[in-house]
Amino acid sequence: MIHEEIIIAGFGGQGILYAGKVLATAAMREDRQVTYLPSYGAEVRGGTAFCHTVIAEEEIATPVVTDPTAAVILNTPSKEKFEGKVRKGGLIVLNTSLTGDIHKRADAAYVDVDATEIAERLGNVRATNMVMVGAFAGRARIVPLEALVSASAELLHGAKKEIIAINEQALKEGWKIGHG
Amino acid sequence: MTTQKVLMCGNEVLAEAAVRAGCRCYFGYPITPQNEISAYMSKRMPEIGGVFIQAESELAAINMVFGASAVGVRAMTSSSSPGVSLKQEGISYIAGAELPAVIVNVMRGGPGLGNIGPAQSDYFQAVKGGGHGDYHQIVLAPYSAQEVSDITFLSFDLADQYRMPVMILTDGVIGQMMEPAVIEKKEVRNLLPKDWALTGCRGRKPNVVKSLYLGDKVLERHNLKLQERYRQVAAHEVRYDAYHLDDAELIVVAYGICARLCKSAMNDLRAKGMRIGMIRPVTLWPFPSRIISQVAGTGKSFLTVEMSFGQMVEDVRLAVNGKSGVHFYGRGGGEMLTREEVLKEMERLYAQLRGGKNV
Amino acid sequence: MKKIFGRTPSLTDAPTHYCGGCGHGIVHRVLCEVIDELGLRESTVGIAPVGCAVLGYDYWNFDVSEAAHGRTPAVATGMKRARPDLTVFSYQGDGDLAAIGTAEIIHAANRGERITVIFVNNTVYGMTGGQMAPTTLVGQKTLTSPHGRKFEEFGEPIRVVELLSQFRGTAYAARTSVHNPVEVIKTKKAIKKAFQAQVDGIGFSIVEILSQCPTYWGMTPVQSVEYVRDELVKYFPLGTFKDETGAKASAV
Repeated sequence: MIHEEIIIAGFGGQGILYAGKVLATAAMREDRQVTYLPSYGAEVRGGTAFCHTVIAEEEIATPVVTDPTAAVILNTPSKEKFEGKVRKGGLIVLNTSLTGDIHKRADAAYVDVDATEIAERLGNVRATNMVMVGAFAGRARIVPLEALVSASAELLHGAKKEIIAINEQALKEGWKIGHG
Repeated sequence: MTTQKVLMCGNEVLAEAAVRAGCRCYFGYPITPQNEISAYMSKRMPEIGGVFIQAESELAAINMVFGASAVGVRAMTSSSSPGVSLKQEGISYIAGAELPAVIVNVMRGGPGLGNIGPAQSDYFQAVKGGGHGDYHQIVLAPYSAQEVSDITFLSFDLADQYRMPVMILTDGVIGQMMEPAVIEKKEVRNLLPKDWALTGCRGRKPNVVKSLYLGDKVLERHNLKLQERYRQVAAHEVRYDAYHLDDAELIVVAYGICARLCKSAMNDLRAKGMRIGMIRPVTLWPFPSRIISQVAGTGKSFLTVEMSFGQMVEDVRLAVNGKSGVHFYGRGGGEMLTREEVLKEMERLYAQLRGGKNV
Repeated sequence: MKKIFGRTPSLTDAPTHYCGGCGHGIVHRVLCEVIDELGLRESTVGIAPVGCAVLGYDYWNFDVSEAAHGRTPAVATGMKRARPDLTVFSYQGDGDLAAIGTAEIIHAANRGERITVIFVNNTVYGMTGGQMAPTTLVGQKTLTSPHGRKFEEFGEPIRVVELLSQFRGTAYAARTSVHNPVEVIKTKKAIKKAFQAQVDGIGFSIVEILSQCPTYWGMTPVQSVEYVRDELVKYFPLGTFKDETGAKASAV
């Protein structure tokens, strides 16, 4: 039974909320139960932006993630904040371009992704978030890659074709790394 | 926009559902956590030839609703707790003048300025009449994005049918959370034409919209008419979900976001063999008193769970009327309950009840 | 016998509840005459305020709504925006407009709402028993200023039309009086211009009408009209403070 409670965290401008929405939209199109909650509360103006995405087969009790099954971490402050919060046996995806590759948890699985560098190589550093989402989904296998690609395009309706194409590439590269 | 599944936050689902329900005037004033509604309306209303005004105050906004409604047009305002306090005057006048109106309260922590966390601490204000006078408003409390949509459609119909204010009571999490929903009308009601509206007196006697009734027993007669209408609403419009009432020894009562937590916890505990049931009021006024009263009695206890320090629990106690124990668990001040703490409390109470202790 | 003067259709034949010498009746009459002369009765919605004129619907033979105290311009805004084809006016007193409803009137004017405001300024709260109003003159005795209004405690009376004239949204703003027949005629002309501004869609229009309240001024009706003539107009000068109605006409 699928039940993933995911925190995606980074700094403002890294497309954290968009990353969560892509994941949530893909899950919705796959007819999963899904909730998505942006940073809500006093922390909305803090240095760290994060969002909660829950993807499940059964009805979701709460969109507020207090005991995450996974954390997708895009920068160092977020690593400090969320690495320790992931539940035992959970998954931590690190953007090692910014966080380094030190694993503080022996009881969690890690996926190290040089996401910012990959995104830069693809031609747009802003696609870092898609590399990370791709890597997470490639490992967690809760939504297919195609669903992520079309969700990304759906949410960017009206955007330039190059941007959509780079996002697609980013998702694919991330997926490969996550899938291992 | 099509009627396929969309992923939108509760506030935006509500706004789009209002538009599709025929709301043509929206008046509001900024306050967190409901700002998505006015932002959405500011963009959407011009597209459909509707009206959006960011009013100078909550007082002005609710009175603009009064005006639009008085001329026969579907109108809505939204706010969060402190702003809804300001609207109470207008709601009382709307009730007195028998005007339809839809008011949204995306509740946050209080009292005073409080905080912007999710809360359910405006229950008293919503269901007991926050303004002056003997009046009621219909209060609906959705617990998912889909229900936000369904209830929004329903609210405009209820307001028109009974010519009274309808409040949609949500909270910061229901408002901010994105969840798939299909935004479409599901129920059809036969509504009478608004022959009372102020549309210009061509070919008829002038209409008057008022709440002032002077003279011997005139106001009492007006009140008795309103009371009769409230009885009709109570007789026909109560809505709730009930789960496992047949075998339940402990019945949880919760609404809105709390109900999701409780339902999930109940399912887990039932899987462990605990006979726990649940009632989820969808209408907070009229309150589902009858079903609670019917199931209350020997061998049943109640647990009310709220994001407040105990408001709806009073209505549960009134309905139970001493026939069962009524327990309460809640947190306030804008703090979100967790599923785990609710589950723990349900488990603890259940064990205590099974232990035969006097509770 | 030829009838040369009669009740205008917008005015009902209800016996008045206003006190002897009160100016409201005169204002009601000229207001209704204007509505009929412009052929607006069947498209008009009037809003009666909280105050002595709350029973306006007893005298006005067209659609009428009440509004909460001071919220009249907000109610009018909702009506006019929802149904721009209607002619919407608010009838407000000094407490309603210049005290409890200050925010609503300022913002309605500033937004240029296509509504017409008939502002009856008699410097006192009548319905509640003669309390000091925001327009009570310095030195004027009322129930709550028994020794006369003092600037040091309550400031000066607010000059509403001067204030509202500053807004671009205000198309027409005038102050008139009903203390003698000449001024009554001027009042009617001003009301007509104000309604015409609405009909032409130019913007917000307001006519402030100085009116006498013999009951709470503690005067005879004759003394009260003399008080308007000799005292009130000194502080509240009569005249047109803004008139953009011509601009539209010349543009056409």
